[in-house]
Amino acid sequence: MLPYILRRLASSIPTLFLVVTISFFLIRVAPGGPFDLEQPLNETVLRNLRKLYKLDEPLWMQYLLYLQGLFRLDFGPSFSNLDMTVAQLFAKGLPVSIRLGTLALLLAVGVGMTCGVIAALRQNKGADYAVVAFAAAGITVPTFVTAPLFQVIFGLWLAWLPVGGWNDGAFRNTLLPVLVLALPQMAVMARLTRAAMIETMRTNHIRTLRAQGLSNATIIRHALRAASLPMVSYLGPAAAALLTGSVVVETIFGLPGIGRYFVEGALNRDYTLVMGTVVVIACFVILFNLMVDIAYAVLDPRVRYQ
Amino acid sequence: MTDTVVPQPAIASRSLWQDAWLRLLRNKAAIASLVVLALVTLASIVGPWFTGHAFDRVYPEYTRVPASLQAYPLPDQVQPAIERVAARLRAKAEGIVLSGDTAKVTLVSPRAIDERGLAFFERSDIFGKPSVLSREDEGKKLALTVPIVHRSFFFGTDANGRDLLTRTLIAGRVSLAIGLLAAGVGVLIGVIYGATAGYFGGRVDDVMMRIVDVIYALPFIFFVIMLMVFFGRNFVLMFIAVGAVEWLDMARIVRGQTLSLRRQEFVQAAEALGVDHGGILRRHIIPNVLGPVMVYMTLLVPKVILLESFLSFLGLGVQEPMTSWGVLISDGARNIQGGTYMLVFPALFLVATLFALNFIGDGLRDALDPKDR
Repeated sequence: MLPYILRRLASSIPTLFLVVTISFFLIRVAPGGPFDLEQPLNETVLRNLRKLYKLDEPLWMQYLLYLQGLFRLDFGPSFSNLDMTVAQLFAKGLPVSIRLGTLALLLAVGVGMTCGVIAALRQNKGADYAVVAFAAAGITVPTFVTAPLFQVIFGLWLAWLPVGGWNDGAFRNTLLPVLVLALPQMAVMARLTRAAMIETMRTNHIRTLRAQGLSNATIIRHALRAASLPMVSYLGPAAAALLTGSVVVETIFGLPGIGRYFVEGALNRDYTLVMGTVVVIACFVILFNLMVDIAYAVLDPRVRYQ
Repeated sequence: MTDTVVPQPAIASRSLWQDAWLRLLRNKAAIASLVVLALVTLASIVGPWFTGHAFDRVYPEYTRVPASLQAYPLPDQVQPAIERVAARLRAKAEGIVLSGDTAKVTLVSPRAIDERGLAFFERSDIFGKPSVLSREDEGKKLALTVPIVHRSFFFGTDANGRDLLTRTLIAGRVSLAIGLLAAGVGVLIGVIYGATAGYFGGRVDDVMMRIVDVIYALPFIFFVIMLMVFFGRNFVLMFIAVGAVEWLDMARIVRGQTLSLRRQEFVQAAEALGVDHGGILRRHIIPNVLGPVMVYMTLLVPKVILLESFLSFLGLGVQEPMTSWGVLISDGARNIQGGTYMLVFPALFLVATLFALNFIGDGLRDALDPKDR
């Protein structure tokens, strides 16, 4: 197993390199620059700024300098948040996003799987239809609709929870954003679990367990293991997306996560910030894809990695 | 379709498409969705001509009026409005009597009232052209009848005082058009790319699919935002940009299908019979790929509409005074304390459309692929 993991990690380096290269040049070709303000800066100031951030070097030189920095895990200074390095921004924002994402993930997996199993065991009955309808709603209603709606319902009308703000991560403040983040994933999980469970419950090995007279709970446990494979492969990218923050949820609830850096960085031509976000997201995606493959091997003994 | 109902001595054969169509007709959710989608589309296309408002007409007197079936102005809004106009004329409004569509009022002022100033009535959104009944005290006292103009805002108005119903319908035009066009572009690129890769196979396939993999690895939002930045805020280019990003899945699906189709016996038979490449593609490959393509396209349209809404939500999409459901929803979210209706109505349209498209997509998949049920 360990050699396989190491090999996978090694093979992800070229992918990462390609992603970094493409995004570096993409954002640099985009018109405009980080210091284009509505009122143009004084020429000397501009020249000095460009010199300070090494923007006066030729592009290929900047690219090499950036790669060199990356090797030392140095993401460079942020252009739009002066006095802050990109690493410092991430140190501030990433814990927030990871915390929200983890909670949302746990909620989505827990509730989604339970709903899916219940629906599968009572196929074509009331509970099943309820779950299917909920899943359809969860998948189609976008977060930028649910977020303000929840704010109005739970924040203003019922006044149970704060409308927004981070408040140093107080539990009450995290509840609404976590719920909004979790709902679509929950819906997908419920749908996947239901489909996979229905299929698994008809397989021969489950029929054998039935014939042996095992208890329902044991049978479900066995079926769930086989049925969890499609969920695991969905969870990889979904987890990466959840943990790296959501622009919509962070903007609406006013949370200091890293989801906003991407959009803000691209709009302000904050090259280093955008690049940093790309690298972080790509790392998360690669890591979680690896974890999916490992989980596959654990769950399905037929899967072997040399 | 009647030939399936009427008993006939010889059973007429049904093509794959007729078969699929019959299966789709039996799917209640899909048919209901088709009806909903047709209604939303029809309302968006035709509706704006019948609402009685232009989508960019601003009514300064009616900012943020809540949705109401009753026509505005409400009875208790008339008197303050008359008093406001009177104040601009430096006069006092006395003896205001409302009767149906007109109001009777006497303006009293310490000095003679300049009757040209009566145009202030017309300039407000509430009144028509007033007519003078009598002048007294050398023009210091004017008795007027003022017609009241009634307007309906069934969905209320936005923060600028524009009719939300008209704007929601216009937004529907934009969102649906973007969805269809971008999905069309995406499918077109995807089908051509995927079919080429799958048909020629080997080296060509390897290189083409490696390119797809690399683009796949780029964070999706980054790609879209970069395209938006490049093309500025051009409306048509936005369709193309979104479509240009959404073709990757399509290319993979079509490539896989083409790859397996090429090895099927009927294609080999056609080759053995001497049918040329064009003939095989036209007669065998394309019709067999069309099913998944259609399913994917119906699922791609809601995805694109959602993406456009998301971009508009970030302020990168459609620009004012043009609007889309995403723009309206983000406006509504910003004004949520003032009135929930500003969020609810556009969201309702968006969600109904997305729901319908998803159900149609699912129904099509079930209809076209009977073994996958």
